[in-house]
Amino acid sequence: MSTALIEARKVTKILGGIVPVTLVQDITLSIMPREFIAITGPSGSGKSSLLYLLGLLDLPTSGDVLIDGRSTTGMTEGERAEVRLSRLGFVFQFHFLLPEFTITENVALPMRALAKLSPRAITARAEELLASLGLDDHRHKTPDQLSGGQRQRVAVARALANDPPVILADEPTGSLDSAATTQVFGILRDLVALRGKTVVAVTHDLHLASQMHRQIRIVDGRLADDEPVVAPGTPS
Amino acid sequence: MNLILTIAWTHVRYRARQTLVAILGVMTGVGFSIMMAAMMEGSQDDFIKTLVDALPHISVTDELRQPTRQPAEMTYAAVEFHGLTPEVRRPGIKNPFATIASLQTWVAGALTPSVQSKAVLRFAGRNLTVSIIGIDPRTEADVSNLATHMKQGTLKSLYRSSNAILLGDRLANKIGARVNSNITLASAEGATMSSTVVGTFHTGFRVTDETTGYVLLKTAQILEKQTGIVNEIRVRTSDPMQARLISERIGEQTGYKSISWQEAQEDLLSAITLRNVLMYTIVGAILLVASFGTYNIISTITHEKTRDIAILKSLGFRDQTIRAIFILEALLVGLVGAALGWVLGYLLTRGLASLEFKTPFSDYNHLPVLYSAKHYLLATGVALFSSLIAGYFPARAAARLHPVDIIRGAT
Repeated sequence: MSTALIEARKVTKILGGIVPVTLVQDITLSIMPREFIAITGPSGSGKSSLLYLLGLLDLPTSGDVLIDGRSTTGMTEGERAEVRLSRLGFVFQFHFLLPEFTITENVALPMRALAKLSPRAITARAEELLASLGLDDHRHKTPDQLSGGQRQRVAVARALANDPPVILADEPTGSLDSAATTQVFGILRDLVALRGKTVVAVTHDLHLASQMHRQIRIVDGRLADDEPVVAPGTPS
Repeated sequence: MNLILTIAWTHVRYRARQTLVAILGVMTGVGFSIMMAAMMEGSQDDFIKTLVDALPHISVTDELRQPTRQPAEMTYAAVEFHGLTPEVRRPGIKNPFATIASLQTWVAGALTPSVQSKAVLRFAGRNLTVSIIGIDPRTEADVSNLATHMKQGTLKSLYRSSNAILLGDRLANKIGARVNSNITLASAEGATMSSTVVGTFHTGFRVTDETTGYVLLKTAQILEKQTGIVNEIRVRTSDPMQARLISERIGEQTGYKSISWQEAQEDLLSAITLRNVLMYTIVGAILLVASFGTYNIISTITHEKTRDIAILKSLGFRDQTIRAIFILEALLVGLVGAALGWVLGYLLTRGLASLEFKTPFSDYNHLPVLYSAKHYLLATGVALFSSLIAGYFPARAAARLHPVDIIRGAT
């Protein structure tokens, strides 16, 4: 039996303040390799908060998140950053590309931060990733010269830069039109089917969620449902 | 290019106008600091050099620092005298030439005997009080620049006639005397003599050129009515900065009052020290003000870039990397500003040095300036340090940003 890529154990996140707000409460789940998971739920239910906790962007108030079976509770901020850089890829609702850099430079950023490849190899890989996502002709453009769908594809390429096993996506199609949504969703699906990645995506779109392998439903910060929709590895 | 440098450079390049203003601030600060330091230290060096050139480095006189102890004081412990004035009539230095020979064995430099006297100069119906200095022309050139200041005649012209005198050119002009004019000198001791002007000199210092005359030792001794008297030994040390130490040792050895140029000009040197403190305070303040501009730009960039900072952190950039990016931006502003400040400082210094002005006290009509690498390095060091501090606080704030807060706000 393979180890879970990400495991949440009784994870709770409470925002402090005069009136404490519970964002996520007592959630336990495991994310296995090659899964295509949708996190759904009403607005404000804690979907994104759960994703940020799973992606080590936020610290749980209690409970533990394990990456590759390793507890992250005692990790320093530097160690958490290292895990994010090498093991996780992020795609947000807005592309969040750096506007002053070309899209090739944007895709190269995580690789340059990891510093495992030579500058030439980094550029070659960035261009290869862009080409694989149909952005070959745009590699010298800056983000403001691209459409919303193209920018989101660049964001996916950047998430893949260090070849992480898991891609965490927060409403990746939330700001796209239907054509771009179909395109970006297709790319995410291919990441699982063709590249063997695990994709965990927060989405409001139940139609898209229904095409994924597993649907985790969050209501009021709690895990309401966690059920397979389609068997992992099955083409949707 | 290094990743941190790439991002930092891109940030400052894309805010060209704001960056330019910050760079101009640092440039102005560094430029004016260099100019000010060059001017202040130039005038200080020039002043000290002039002092050192114009005055003997050490003057050993026959005066006593304290009145001689009275017999009653030596006999009775209860007796104490206050307000005693040393004898007015100066006894002269005992065995001056033996003393000089003895000092020459260890003092690095040259020594010469001289006689200081005051006299009333009469010529063409005018009476002027002048300082008469008796010198030995053979050794005078070793202890002063008088030989190089001669306008007419030479030091050896003093041997040309009996009672020959060299006058300051302003003094000669004032009374209308020329070379070969016969003047009358009357000393306070009652001696009167007819004297022939054999040359004129010009030191560039109005007071000296207007009130001083040089005669042979023998002539001055006649004016003082004390044959063989030498009331001053002037010393020019090889290293003027050692004058104070040598002077103290001479005082101990001879028992006479020995004053170095530093001691003679103590008040002025203290004023120079105070002036330097003021200068460096002002220079520091200028560069501090310049650093506000740097703080402003880095602060603005971090504020504008909160979203980018959040995304970089979510990608896995460490806090220290984020901090380094913004500190480097501040240093880039400081470095480019300092480099341009060097050029500005140099041009300002050149401009200042070329300005002409007149002073009633001396002939110098250009402001003395000092070109020193120290000024450039000091100004750059302070500018970079200020930039570092100016960049550090916004950088620290940027590194502390919580990416989730920013991403939530954006979504």
